[in-house]
Amino acid sequence: MNSGIVSYGAYIPRYRITPKVIGAVWGNDGEAMGRNLNIRAKSVPGPDEDVITISVEAARACMAKADLEPTDIGAIYVGSESHPYAVKPTATVVAEAIGSAPVLTAADFEFACKAGTAAIQTSMGLTLSKMMKYSLAIGSDTSQGAPGDALEYSASAGGAALLIGTDHVAAEIHHTVSYTTDTPDFWRREGQRYPSHGGRFTGEPAYFKHVINCAQLLFKRAGSQPQDYDYAVFHQPNGKFPVRAAKQLGFKDAQIDLGLCVRDIGNTYSGAIMVGLSAILDEADPGDRIFAVGYGSGAGSDGFDMTVTDEISKLRRNATPTVKQMIEDHEFIDYATYAKFRGKILLREA
Amino acid sequence: MRDVAIIGVGETEFGELWDRSFRDLGIEAGLKAIQDAKIASEDIDAIYIGNMSAGKFIDQEHVSALVADYAGLADHHLPTVRVEGGGACGAIALMQARLAIASGMYDIVVVGGAEKMTDVGDVQAAEILSSTADQEWESVFGATFAGLYAMMARRHMHEFGTKREQLAAVAVKNHKNGSLNPEAQFRKEITLETVLNSPMVADPLGLFDCAPLSDGAAAVILCAADRARKFTDMPVLLKGSGQASDYLALHDRRELTTMDATVVAGKRALQEAHLEPKDIQVAEVHDNFTISEILAIEDLRFVEKGKGGPATADGVTALNGKVSVNTSGGLKARGQPVGATGVAQAVEVVKQLRGDAGKRQVVGARWGLTHTLGGTGATAVVHIFERGD
Repeated sequence: MNSGIVSYGAYIPRYRITPKVIGAVWGNDGEAMGRNLNIRAKSVPGPDEDVITISVEAARACMAKADLEPTDIGAIYVGSESHPYAVKPTATVVAEAIGSAPVLTAADFEFACKAGTAAIQTSMGLTLSKMMKYSLAIGSDTSQGAPGDALEYSASAGGAALLIGTDHVAAEIHHTVSYTTDTPDFWRREGQRYPSHGGRFTGEPAYFKHVINCAQLLFKRAGSQPQDYDYAVFHQPNGKFPVRAAKQLGFKDAQIDLGLCVRDIGNTYSGAIMVGLSAILDEADPGDRIFAVGYGSGAGSDGFDMTVTDEISKLRRNATPTVKQMIEDHEFIDYATYAKFRGKILLREA
Repeated sequence: MRDVAIIGVGETEFGELWDRSFRDLGIEAGLKAIQDAKIASEDIDAIYIGNMSAGKFIDQEHVSALVADYAGLADHHLPTVRVEGGGACGAIALMQARLAIASGMYDIVVVGGAEKMTDVGDVQAAEILSSTADQEWESVFGATFAGLYAMMARRHMHEFGTKREQLAAVAVKNHKNGSLNPEAQFRKEITLETVLNSPMVADPLGLFDCAPLSDGAAAVILCAADRARKFTDMPVLLKGSGQASDYLALHDRRELTTMDATVVAGKRALQEAHLEPKDIQVAEVHDNFTISEILAIEDLRFVEKGKGGPATADGVTALNGKVSVNTSGGLKARGQPVGATGVAQAVEVVKQLRGDAGKRQVVGARWGLTHTLGGTGATAVVHIFERGD
C-alpha cells in the first residue's frame, strides 16, 4: 500500500508585475534582472488576498475535483512563511471553509519554502498508519521582498493544496526522502517585516547542496535514473536555479518545462513546488512518473518519487481553472498599484 | 644586513569558500609552505601574519597567537606578529620578517597572510574595506572605495585620454591569466564587451573593473640566504624592499593620477636591488580596480605616465609581453582576500622565478616584483625578487 495524492488544487492571484517595472523605480535594469533570474513576471496578491484566502481557494479547488466527504479529512496543515497571524492558525479557517471542522486536527507549518512538502510527508505518515482517511497538505505564501532588494523581483504569491490518502490515489508516492542541515541562508526574525538573505550564499552551499544531495538520495532509494521520469519539478526561487540543478542531475528541458511556473508567476515560496506539481498533474497521464525535490532555507530538501495512476482520469481536472489557465489569466499592474496592494504605502490611521 | 631568501611557498584556492574558516585557510597555506621548504617545526624562529580586519570580518583579534596555536606550534612559544596596513598588510609582514632575519635576530620565519571575508554580507564587507580610507573625511561623507578609485580613473581619462576600453583591457588580461591558474577564484576568460556591459558600480568603473571579495590565505618561508641552500636548490632572493606612505585621504594628495607612495616605494626597492624597471620580467601589482593597475605600471615606470591604458590594450603587460603583469590573475581574477594579497603576490613571483608556474610560466624570468597598496594608496610596498640559482 502506498500513500499518495488523492486530489489537488492550486491558486494564483491574477495580478502581475514585471521586473522591468520594478527596476525602473530603483534605477536598475529590470529587464536584465528578469533575464538573469529567468522571470518574465511575478504574481501579486490583491488587496483582499492573503495566505488564508489563497489556501482556501487552493483547498476548494482540490475538493472540487473529487467526490469525497470533507469530514473524511482528519488533518489540515498549512505551510507558509507569511501566515497572516503570528498566533492563530490559518489551517482552522481552511477547515471551516471546506467543511472539515470540527472533528480534525490542524496546524500551521513553517520551514521557509518547504513547509508545504513537510506537510505532505506528515500527511503520508498519518494516512499510511490509518490514523485518518485523508490529510490535506497546503503550501501557500504571499512572500515578502524588501523594496529595492533583489528579492523584490521574484517574491510572489500563490499556493496549492494536495489531499493525501491511501485510496483513490491519483499519484502514488513510492519514496520520500529528506536532506536537512543547519544552514542560515535566508531568515526573518519575529517582528521583522522583510527577510534577510546571504546573497550568493543562498546558491551553492544552500539551494544546490540540499537539492542535489536530496535528489541523489532519492535516485538511490528509488533505484531510478533521470530518464525514468516523464516530469521533474524542483523548488523554484527563480527560473535559473531549478534549471541548473535539473541539468546537473541529468534531466532534459522537456522534463522540467511544464512544472517551471516561476518564469510567469515568480517565486511563490511554500507554494512554488506544489504549484509546479499541480501544473504537471493538470496534464499528466496514468503511468507517468514524477520526480519532485523541494527546498526550504535554513535549510532542507524533501524529495518525492511519484507515479500517476488511472485514478487521475476520474478527477474533474477542469472543474476549476488549471495552473496554465491561471497563468494566462492575468492583469499587469504598475509599481504604485503594487505598492498599494502590498501595503507599502503609509495610510492615515483609522 | 644579511641577504634573505624564500625557500618555500604555499597558498589556498581563493574564492567564496563557504565551508572553510579563517583557521582552515591559514593552516593549509602555512603547512603547504612548510612542506615546500622541507623545514621542521623546530626550525621556525618566528611567525609574521598579514591580516587586515579579522576583528570585523570574523570577530577574532589576536590572530597571531591563533595561527601559531592552530599550526600546532603553541608549545614552541614562538614570537608571533600580526601586521595591519590596509590591503598592504601581507607585503608589510614580508618586509618586517625580512628585516628581522637581515638583522641577525632570526634565521627562519614563516610569513602568512589570510582573510576570511564572506562571513559578513556584501554591504558590510564593502564598509570594512572602506575603513582603510579616511573615515572622518571620506567614508563618513559617503565615499566608497570604488567611488574614490573611480575619481582617479575619471581624472586619468581627462588628463591622458584613457578610454574605458583600455581600463577594461586590464580585466580581460587578468581573467585570461586567471584561467591558467588553478588556485584562482575566476578561471574564466572574459571579453571586452562583458566588462563594458557590466552593471555600473562607480562611473566609469563597472562590476568587472572591481576585484571580488574573497577568502584565502598564502604563506612563504623566509630564510637567511647563507642557510637557504640547506633546504632548496632554487632559493629566491629578496633583493630589495621599499615601503612608503602618503596622505591618508585621496583629496590631500599631490595629484589623483599618480600614487606617490608607489613611486617612492618602487624607487627604494629597485635602488636596493640595483635594478631598473626594464630588468623586471614578471610583476604582481595591486589591481583592486582596473585603474589601479594602470596607475601601478606607470608609477613603477614600466610605461610612461599616461600611457598605461594604451600599453595594456597593446599587450605590453600581457603574459610574456614586455613585462608580464599579474600572471596569477591578479586581485581581479585570482581573488582578493585582503590580508593574503601581498603574500600571495610573492608566492606567484617565486613560482614564476622557479619555473613552477605551469601554463602561465613567463619564459626566462630572473627578476620579479610585487606591488601592494593599502587604502587608496596611502601605503605602498614594493619587493624585488631574484632567482637564486
